[in-house]
Amino acid sequence: MAVTNERQQLLDRRPQGLDLGPTGRGGDRLFGGLAKGSGIAVIALVVFVGGFLLWLAVPALRANQASFLFSREWMPGIQPPRFGIVDLLWTTVLVSGFALLLAVPVAVGVALFLTHYAPRRVAGPVTYVVDLLAAVPSIIFGIWGIKELAPKLAPLSSFLSGNLGGFPLLRPGIADNGTVFVAGVVLAIMILPIVTAFTREVFAQAPREHKEAALALGATKWEMIRLTVLPYGRSGMVSAAMLGLGRALGETIAIMIILSKPSPDSPFNPSLFAGGETFASKIANNAAEFDSPTKTGAYIAAGLVLFVLTFVVNAIARLILQHSERKHA
Amino acid sequence: MDPKGKDKNVNHNRFAAIAVAALGGALMLASCGSDPTPGGPDKGTSSAEPTKSGAACPSGTLNAEGSSAQKNAIEEAITAYQEQCPDVTINYNPTGSGAGIKQFNAGQVDFAGSDSALKTEPKDGVIEADAAKTRCANNPAWDIPMVVGPIAVSYNVAGVDGLVLNAQVAANIFNGTIKTWNAPEIAKLNPGVKLPSSKIAVFYRSDESGTTENFTKYLQAASGGAWKKEPAKTWTGTGSGKEKSAGVAEGVKATANSITYVEWSYARDNNLAIAKIDTGSGTPVELTGESAGKAVAAAKADGTGNDLRLKLDYTTKEPGAYPIILVTYEIVCSKGLDPAKTELVKSFLTSFASSESQSSLEQIGYAPLPEEVRTKVDAAIKAIS
Repeated sequence: MAVTNERQQLLDRRPQGLDLGPTGRGGDRLFGGLAKGSGIAVIALVVFVGGFLLWLAVPALRANQASFLFSREWMPGIQPPRFGIVDLLWTTVLVSGFALLLAVPVAVGVALFLTHYAPRRVAGPVTYVVDLLAAVPSIIFGIWGIKELAPKLAPLSSFLSGNLGGFPLLRPGIADNGTVFVAGVVLAIMILPIVTAFTREVFAQAPREHKEAALALGATKWEMIRLTVLPYGRSGMVSAAMLGLGRALGETIAIMIILSKPSPDSPFNPSLFAGGETFASKIANNAAEFDSPTKTGAYIAAGLVLFVLTFVVNAIARLILQHSERKHA
Repeated sequence: MDPKGKDKNVNHNRFAAIAVAALGGALMLASCGSDPTPGGPDKGTSSAEPTKSGAACPSGTLNAEGSSAQKNAIEEAITAYQEQCPDVTINYNPTGSGAGIKQFNAGQVDFAGSDSALKTEPKDGVIEADAAKTRCANNPAWDIPMVVGPIAVSYNVAGVDGLVLNAQVAANIFNGTIKTWNAPEIAKLNPGVKLPSSKIAVFYRSDESGTTENFTKYLQAASGGAWKKEPAKTWTGTGSGKEKSAGVAEGVKATANSITYVEWSYARDNNLAIAKIDTGSGTPVELTGESAGKAVAAAKADGTGNDLRLKLDYTTKEPGAYPIILVTYEIVCSKGLDPAKTELVKSFLTSFASSESQSSLEQIGYAPLPEEVRTKVDAAIKAIS
């Protein structure tokens, strides 16, 4: 048996005189059981949370008079309730996607700098500072975003929407600074540390032999990175981006403080310069007023969509990865 | 290490990462969905032993929950009361009116704070007033008006002091019909004031709030048909929504030519200009503790006996009465709590309704109850048994 052989080989290779103690299988079974149990517990927890959300959401969804997926109304408090999530879904996806678009290139750059360019005595402190960004509470990011950053970005916003307003994404939006644009920039800063940390780890693991081979063939540093480090780190980068996206989709307080909600009767505006609400910010903003089961159910149903959205995003990322791995295998 | 092993590592990491991301989101949602944790069921910890600070002081713990609109007022009252009676612990959990009533009806708290009186018509199959009656061992629950929170119409227009608005013009500004500051309707109410031609930026509360509900009630009642939407906790007018009172106040402060409706204390703390309201009484009314109190005095009683629910008269032409106010009630059992708790409730509310306590509220942005209402409140508290 392979396992026995491996074990025997290991035992043969151990330094003379090292005592492994009793060699029974009890510890194996115990550890295996614990690991399996933890795995099952996580899955059970996810299923339980999903089931809980569904349980509370279904009665409200039944009573809903508007199309849940396509309506822009949000009036869960009236009789009969009318609510739909299309605005929330759009804002959530737009702000997270925009943040990801800004954060990933920067994070990859920082990670490459730290692993391949910076001298060791610089890399250490820079790593520390980037990690420190992750320790800033999101409420601080929110307040900083709306009070400090938003006024500074306002000229850029008005320049973009003034000159390129023909593109739907850059159409002029609300009157004040609480735009998806500002929220996206803040969110990008918030997810930067996690994406950087992850990509840095992957880049640091790029096999030395590959790198040396590339350099030996006469590749410049950039060519070496392009030919060995980046392909090696591709799946890691996608994972890092997904991790960042997960954080972005669920970010609550900062978004809630920054984003302005457009007036309820305004037409749909897909722009970065419009306001809006994300699933998480809407739920948090109204949590104090969950005074009837229907209303609570409506918000829970919105939460359920976010739950599903996270799963879908992750599933797509895994599919992309599998696809690219197969191509490279 | 061989490359294969590394690949596996990456895969594991990815799986872990995905699981963590999904779980994180899920847990966040779950915690948002569950009911707020109450202060805990009554433990019957109270006892009526005389204390060192005088025979009038009971001792024990009182738990209350509800409206966040009266949070600062009740906290001030609790601090003052506990200076007198250090043996009493009072917890007020500002989770919102709806949650407070729910917890009160479930017997989780001793009284509730709410920015509207108990509803007598069914909602989701439950009649609040009936549920409260069941909770109080088949005795009616009383709505006792306690805190008057004026709503300020705050604006930020350079060079314009003492802007005057009336309900109709305010309604048209807040529903988007009047779009610029120099519109003839506004100019007519403000003769001699130089108004800019800039667009009006309206801010509203993006969260559901009693302030929005009361403000739209006022607009609907007093604007002579200019405000067409039903009053609701969710904003139905125009503008851009900011989170909570702090958000709209900050929005107006940071944005030129803007306007909003906000609790008085926030308008004052942020040094925002407050519009005077022309109620048709002749002189535009400035928002003061006294002028808001006059509107409470002008309100009609809507309940029977000691159930002091008020029907605010938003169209009041009473000279010097500022009509845009929000009244929060303490919802109590007229009878049926255990004697120790009853004593605690009576003792605390008596202190809260005292004229010293009420007048101290003005410093933190509330209006004191006018004397004629205050005496009725006092009598109602005495009648709790």
